Amino acid sequence: MNEEYDKLIETFREETYELLSELETSLFELEKDPHNGDAVSSIFRAFHSIKGAGGMFGFDEVSRFTHDIETVYDLVRGEKILPDKSLVDLSFAACDLIREMVTSPNEVQAQKKKADELLASLRQLFPEITEAKKTGKSALRGAGDLVLPAARLRAYRIRFRPAPDIFATGTNPALLLRELCGLGQCSVIAHSDSIPDLNGMDPELCYTSWDVILTTEQDMDAIRDIFIFVEDTAELIIEMIDDGESAVDSADYKKLGEILVEKRDITPKDLQKVLGGRKRLGEMLIDEGLVQPESIQAALIEQEQVRQIREGRLKKEVISNIRVSSEKLDKLVNLVGELVTVQARLSRHALYTDDPELGSIAEEVERLTAELRDNTMNIRMLPIGTTFSRFRRLVRDLSTDLGKEVEMVTEGGDTELDKTVIERLGDPLVHLIRNCIDHGIEPPQDRESLGKPRKGMVRLSATHSGANVLIEIEDDGAGLDAGAIRARAAQRGLVATDAELADGEIFSLILAPGFSTAEHITNISGRGVGLDVVKKAADSLRGEISIRSEKGKGTIIILSLPLTLAIIEGLLIRIGEEHFVLPLSAVEECVELIGGDSHGRHIANVRGRIVPYIRLREQFAIGGSAPEIEQIVIVRNETARVGFVVDTVIGENQTVIKTLGRVYKGLEGISGATILGDGTVALILDVSKLIRIVEEGEVSGQAIQ
Amino acid sequence: MKKTIMTVDDSASVRLMVKFTLAELGFEIIEAVDGRDALRKIEKKPVHMLITDINMPELDGISLVKKVREIPACKFIPIIMLTTESQEEKKREGKKAGATGWIVKPFRPDQLVAVVRKVMG
Repeated sequence: MNEEYDKLIETFREETYELLSELETSLFELEKDPHNGDAVSSIFRAFHSIKGAGGMFGFDEVSRFTHDIETVYDLVRGEKILPDKSLVDLSFAACDLIREMVTSPNEVQAQKKKADELLASLRQLFPEITEAKKTGKSALRGAGDLVLPAARLRAYRIRFRPAPDIFATGTNPALLLRELCGLGQCSVIAHSDSIPDLNGMDPELCYTSWDVILTTEQDMDAIRDIFIFVEDTAELIIEMIDDGESAVDSADYKKLGEILVEKRDITPKDLQKVLGGRKRLGEMLIDEGLVQPESIQAALIEQEQVRQIREGRLKKEVISNIRVSSEKLDKLVNLVGELVTVQARLSRHALYTDDPELGSIAEEVERLTAELRDNTMNIRMLPIGTTFSRFRRLVRDLSTDLGKEVEMVTEGGDTELDKTVIERLGDPLVHLIRNCIDHGIEPPQDRESLGKPRKGMVRLSATHSGANVLIEIEDDGAGLDAGAIRARAAQRGLVATDAELADGEIFSLILAPGFSTAEHITNISGRGVGLDVVKKAADSLRGEISIRSEKGKGTIIILSLPLTLAIIEGLLIRIGEEHFVLPLSAVEECVELIGGDSHGRHIANVRGRIVPYIRLREQFAIGGSAPEIEQIVIVRNETARVGFVVDTVIGENQTVIKTLGRVYKGLEGISGATILGDGTVALILDVSKLIRIVEEGEVSGQAIQ
Repeated sequence: MKKTIMTVDDSASVRLMVKFTLAELGFEIIEAVDGRDALRKIEKKPVHMLITDINMPELDGISLVKKVREIPACKFIPIIMLTTESQEEKKREGKKAGATGWIVKPFRPDQLVAVVRKVMG
């Protein structure tokens, strides 16, 4: 490398010497005839080349010094200065100095002094230099220059629609977008609606355009610079949508409609046209064919991203907390619950009343209520991290007691969950972790002989998944032995010996009550000491447990819990005049039951699989007769798939859960109640309990046969 | 396989500077002294990127860009022109001929690196 560099510098020197001798020839000509324009031009060009090359090869002093001389000759060229003998003399001196600088670059200090003297006399002769001195434009704005980042985060909206023939200039738009993403947090939405079908497509043309929402500390110039080569041909709109400093009193940003109008995706007229409707604005606009789904997505992302940086800013501004007793919070949640119910009634009333004014009021109330509800629920949310850290000590103590080496890893400690859920989650988690270490992780020497690291690992993680939080407890221990569990379960009569079961279903058997006693620990590689306790706790939190395991590799137990206990996503069903709600998370599918029971047995054939069902009408002793076509709602828990026969499935429904009074505490199969929009009460079904009833019924039914 | 970049310039020092700078990024550099030389070499063996001066004695940069774009293997390669401050018009002309972008001379090695990264990824 060094050799090459020497060669590079040597070439530069030779070229400079050549330029200098050309320069001197021209200077002689100028001396003879001060009006020789050609000579002036070639002198200017030579100085310009020397300046440029000096800059390129690290001879900054050459570059700096030559700059002023070049400026003088630019003035001469423009006939603002008449060259005289003193200028020519100074120019010759400059040539000598440049030669010296290039030849012996190590004597910069002395050369610098000489250069300053020369420049001083030049300025004395031509005071015009100082005025004419222009600020040099850099080759590529910003490229390579140190850009001092501003300390604030700003949000930009960038619309980039390249010219269709962009590929023909060797430009890859994806690289530009990637460069853009390098500036900060970036969401890119591609608009692909202009892509013609395959027959009409020219693969050498670019049909796609992009919307980018960028949160960055960089200024607008830095963004524009990325597109410097294409800005003449492409459609490029960069707008600052949050300047990062103006005070905001809430994190709220513009409404969807405003954004779309601002971006000219729709006209204000379009907006007025659809605003009379009742659905969400985005859906309506898409339905009406006024806008592409991508544009809506872009606008929604914009809302979200601006909200985020504003929230960040607000957080910085307001760091104080208020302590509120949880009693007051519960009261608030209750009130919001009432409000949701009243609001549902209002919406319903508005729907059946032909009054547009009422309709729009109802809509506004609906929006506000939803926001109020979400915010209130949010107040009850706490990060799960504190619970996690509690387990560190447990892991340490347990592993010391048992002579095992265990490391605990936690992830997602900042995931937020309802306070009640967190409080009630502690014990089951302790149980699961104890199990991991006690039965899952092998003693260090065993692990070594198995080729595993001496130290076992227990990982505890929390992640969001839709309206649920997934808590995973993973170990890299011995894993579960499906065969052994199955055999034991069959022996206990928990499953039929010939039942077809997936691994997941087999593993779930260890959660069955009474399944685990000390005697099988060795048989089934440990695991399962009172895991039914965990199951019960999960049930009471409306959670689900699933187990994945590989023998010899380890086990993962996944607890899926609702974010909050106060609200339920349910499926509303009707039997006679009665309404019920089933937790949507348990529902698998709905099928029709035509013409009543086949052969008098409560069994349905759903795509070749046998599904036992119960008639809720009979279960709850509801009078009247069933319609000709009934519906079976198929629900499942870890072990079984069961159908509930109902009259009608009404649809999804988000409801606030009300606990039943003390009088109804012992009620089997009902976990709570909710109030519907029209004021009627719907009971919330306890799916696990009902499944158990079905299973018991099935077993006794079989016994009778 | 190393990607190849061709530097076309009648100044040996510019070619060397490009070579010296880009070889460090892991590119193989092929030199050409003017447009005609460049075209002959590219026709024999296509390159992945071209950096060309504009004013050259035999076949100027803009004509070279046009000719290179006619070679199927080079239809979509990035082409960067070396221009001087005063050549605004040339930039437009070059873009029209099919060039990807430009660097204004004189440029520092880091500016060259930034542009190559920009167009080559």
